[in-house]
Amino acid sequence: MTTRRNALLTLGGLAATLTFPSLALAQGTPGERRLVFVFLRGGLDGLSAVPAYGDPDFARRRGELAIAPPGEVNGALKLDGTFGLHPLLPEMHKLYGAGELAVLHAVASPYRERSHFDAQNLLENGTGKPYGRDAGWLNVALGEAAKQGGGVALGASVPLVLRGSAPVTSWSPSVMPSPAPDLLGRLEPLYRGDPLLVRPFMSALETQGLMAGQGAGGGGMANQAAPFVVLAQAAGRFLTQANGPRVAALDFGGWDTHANQAGDLGPLARNLRQLDRGMAALRASLGPAWKDTVVLVVTEFGRTVAPNGSRGTDHGTAAAAFALGGAVRGGRVIAQWPGLGDRDLHEGRDLRPTLDVRSLFKAALAAQLGVGEAALESKVFPDSRGVRPLEGLFNG
Amino acid sequence: MNREAVIAVNRFGLGAAPGELVAASRDPRGWLLAQLRGPEPAYPQLAALGGSDDLLKEYPRWLMSMRAELRRGADAASMQDRPPQGIEQRFGKHFFPLAAKEVSARFGIAATTPVPFKERLIWFWSNHFAVSAIKPTVVAVAGAFEREAIRPNLNGRFSDLLLAATKHPAMILYLDNHLSVRSGFQAPQAPGGANRPRATGLNENLAREILELHTLGVNGGYAQGDVTAFARALTGWTVGGLVDTGFRFEQRRHEPGPQTVLGRSYAQDGIAQGESILRDLATHPATARHIATKLVRHFVADDPPPAAVDHVARAFFDSGGDLPVVHTALVEAPQAWSQALPKLKQPIEFMASALRAVPPAREAKPEALILALREMGQQPFSPPSPQGWPDTAAAWANADGLWKRIEWSSALAERIGTRVDPLALAESTYGPALSDATRLAITRAESKQQGLAIALASPEFQRR
Repeated sequence: MTTRRNALLTLGGLAATLTFPSLALAQGTPGERRLVFVFLRGGLDGLSAVPAYGDPDFARRRGELAIAPPGEVNGALKLDGTFGLHPLLPEMHKLYGAGELAVLHAVASPYRERSHFDAQNLLENGTGKPYGRDAGWLNVALGEAAKQGGGVALGASVPLVLRGSAPVTSWSPSVMPSPAPDLLGRLEPLYRGDPLLVRPFMSALETQGLMAGQGAGGGGMANQAAPFVVLAQAAGRFLTQANGPRVAALDFGGWDTHANQAGDLGPLARNLRQLDRGMAALRASLGPAWKDTVVLVVTEFGRTVAPNGSRGTDHGTAAAAFALGGAVRGGRVIAQWPGLGDRDLHEGRDLRPTLDVRSLFKAALAAQLGVGEAALESKVFPDSRGVRPLEGLFNG
Repeated sequence: MNREAVIAVNRFGLGAAPGELVAASRDPRGWLLAQLRGPEPAYPQLAALGGSDDLLKEYPRWLMSMRAELRRGADAASMQDRPPQGIEQRFGKHFFPLAAKEVSARFGIAATTPVPFKERLIWFWSNHFAVSAIKPTVVAVAGAFEREAIRPNLNGRFSDLLLAATKHPAMILYLDNHLSVRSGFQAPQAPGGANRPRATGLNENLAREILELHTLGVNGGYAQGDVTAFARALTGWTVGGLVDTGFRFEQRRHEPGPQTVLGRSYAQDGIAQGESILRDLATHPATARHIATKLVRHFVADDPPPAAVDHVARAFFDSGGDLPVVHTALVEAPQAWSQALPKLKQPIEFMASALRAVPPAREAKPEALILALREMGQQPFSPPSPQGWPDTAAAWANADGLWKRIEWSSALAERIGTRVDPLALAESTYGPALSDATRLAITRAESKQQGLAIALASPEFQRR
C-alpha cells in the first residue's frame, strides 16, 4: 500500500536524482521526437481504468463497479501493491512491464465544475478558463518549439487543442475516390482567394500526397469496427514520414458512462479494448520511431467514486492518465494518492485531485518539442508558473 | 436576383433550388417570414416512417436475439473471457437500413421543401436538443425524435418544445433518466437476467444537461445542488416496457416531497413537479439569452454580434418564448444581413444545398449519403455528445473535412454532370455573390462534369 507519504518520497527521490527537463534540453535534439495527444472525451472513469485495489476503501466505495484484485477472475492487471490496470488493457500492461508506460492517478485540470464541454474547452485551450482563447496549447507549443513543424489531427475535424496559427492538417480514411489532379489544379486559385479555406485546402493537398493509397479500402459499415485503432495506426504513418508532422492529436469520444458501464457489451469495455489495441497499433506503426515518442492519454475529468443509481458513474473530478512511448521512463505509478476514505473525497463524492495535468503536459512539451520554461508558463499555459513540470518522467 | 436574396436562400434556407433565388429576390425578408407560421406541409416522405412506439421495440428485440444466440454458442464463462466477435458490425448492419429510411426522408424533404427556412429551424432545434444514435438504445428512435418532438412544435412556445423534447423516449434513454429512481427504490429485474439494467438510485445526467445545454446555459447561475434537486424531481420520468413502450411517469419511482431549484421550492406531487420546473426554466432570462446566442451564432456569425443577441433575447423574454416571434426577431436583426457569406456550411447543409441545386443528385441512395456524411464528419442523427454538432467554422474548416467535400462533389459530378449546366447552376444559387474566378473556372472547365465539380467544390458553395 502506497501511503501519501511514500508517494511523496518517491517523487522527491526522482527530483534528487534526475536533471530538470529544461536543463536536459540544452543538449537534446528534439526535432525528431514525436508527441501524440489522445483525448478521451466524456470523462474517463479513472477508478475503472486504474483500480486502486489496494486501497482499504476501494471495494466498499466502488460496490458493484469494483474491479477485483489481481489474480481473481476478471481481476486487475497488477501494477504495484495498490494499483492495477483494467483487465481489458493487456497491451498497455505489457508496455508497463517494459518500462514504456507510466500511469498517473488523481490527475485533473484546474477545472472544478462538472460540465463536459467547459472542462474539455479549458483543458484544450490551456488558459485555465473555459473559452479562454480560440487556440489550443498544443498548437501554441508548436509555435514555441525548438524546431518548427506542424501537427496532424487524425479525424474529420481538428480538436481545439491543436487549433491555432501553427500549420495543422487533418486526415481520416475515405471510402470515396480521390478527385482528379486536374480538378484540384483548377480549384486551387479559387481557394487562394478565400482567407478561411485556403489553409485547409493547401494542407489537404499536401496530406493526401503523403497518404496516397491509404484509403479505407472496401468501404461500408465494416470500417466502423474500430475507428480509433485505424486512426492510431495512421498517426504512426504520419509521424514517420520524412518532413512529416511530429505532433499528432487523436480524439476518442464515448467515455461518458452514466449507466451500466461495466457490462461485457458496455461502453467502457468497448472503449478500453479499442484504446488498448490502438496503443499497440500506434507502437507497431511507429516502428523504430517509438523510442523517440511520447503518447499522452488524458480525459477532461473523472467520475464519481461511488456508482450512481444506474450502475454507472456521474461527472466527477480527478481521473487517471497515461504516458506511453519509448521516451517515457515508465513502469511506475505516479500518484500522491488522496485515499478514498470519507474525508478524502472531493465534495464528498469525487476522487480528490493531487496532480495538475498541466505538469504532465509541460514536461512532455519540454522533452519532446524543446519548448522553454518561460514560454510554457506564459504563452502555452498562461499564468501557470506555480504548476511545475513533472520531473524525470521523460528521457532528457 | 440581389444580394439579400442570396443571403435569404443560403444563410437562412437550405441553398437555392432552381428558380428560388429569383423568387426570393422580390422580398427576401418577406420570403423568409412567410415560412414561419404556416402549417407543416404534408410531406409524403414522413408517411412511410414508423412512430417511436414501434421503433422502441427494435433495439431490445435485437439485443435479446443476440443474447440468445450467444447463450447457444458459448457457455457463460467463456463469454466473460472474450468479447463477442463481430457484434458491433452486426449491430451496424442490422440498424443501417433503419437509419437509411430516416435519412432518405430527411434529405428528401430538405431537397424539395418549399419552406427551407422552417426546415433549417427544425435542424437547429433538433441539434439544440441533441440525441444521438451513437448510443445503442437510441439508435432506432433518433430520427423519430426530430419528427415527433421537434417538427410539430415550432409554431408554439419554447416551453412546449422543451417539454416535448424532455418527455420524448429518445431523450429519456439518451440521458439515462429511465435509470434514475428515488432513494430506496428497487426496480424489478428486467427480462434478460442479472446483467440487465436495474436502477437503484439517482442519475443526474438529464437534469444537468437540461440546465447546462437546453435552458440556462453553463453560466446560467445554477449549482450542483440545483442539479441534484432537479434530478430528484425528474425521477419517475421513464419509458415503458417491450409491449407498452413510450414515455410514462411512474409514481413509485418518483422521489416524494418538495424540491428546491434556483431558490424556488416546488411542492407539487408527481409529474407536475418536473413540469413546473421546466416551465420556469423555459422563460428564465438566462434561457432567453442562451437561446438567442445560439440562434445568432448559427444563423448570423460565429462571433454573435451582441446587438443581434440582445434583440433576439428581448423578443424571447418579452413574448414568453413564443418561437415564431423569436424566429422573426432573428430575421429582422439588421446584423443578419450585413455580411456577405460569413458562415461555413456544416456538411449536412452542404449536402442539402447540393441536392436542392442539382435535381439529378436526388437520385443518390440514402446509404451513400450516410457514408459520405460520415466521412465529412457529420453522420446524420449521430452527434458526438449532448452538446450537439459544433456551430463554428473553426470546427469544420479543416483539411480532411474539406477534402471529403471535394471528393463527394467530384464523384457526384462524374455520375450526373452531363445532365447539368454548371454555370447556370452556379448563377442560380449564388448569383451576384459568385466570384469572377469561380465563374471563369466553370466556363473554362474541360467538360460539363468538371464544371459541376468545380461549382459544388468551389469556396462559395461551402458558405452561407
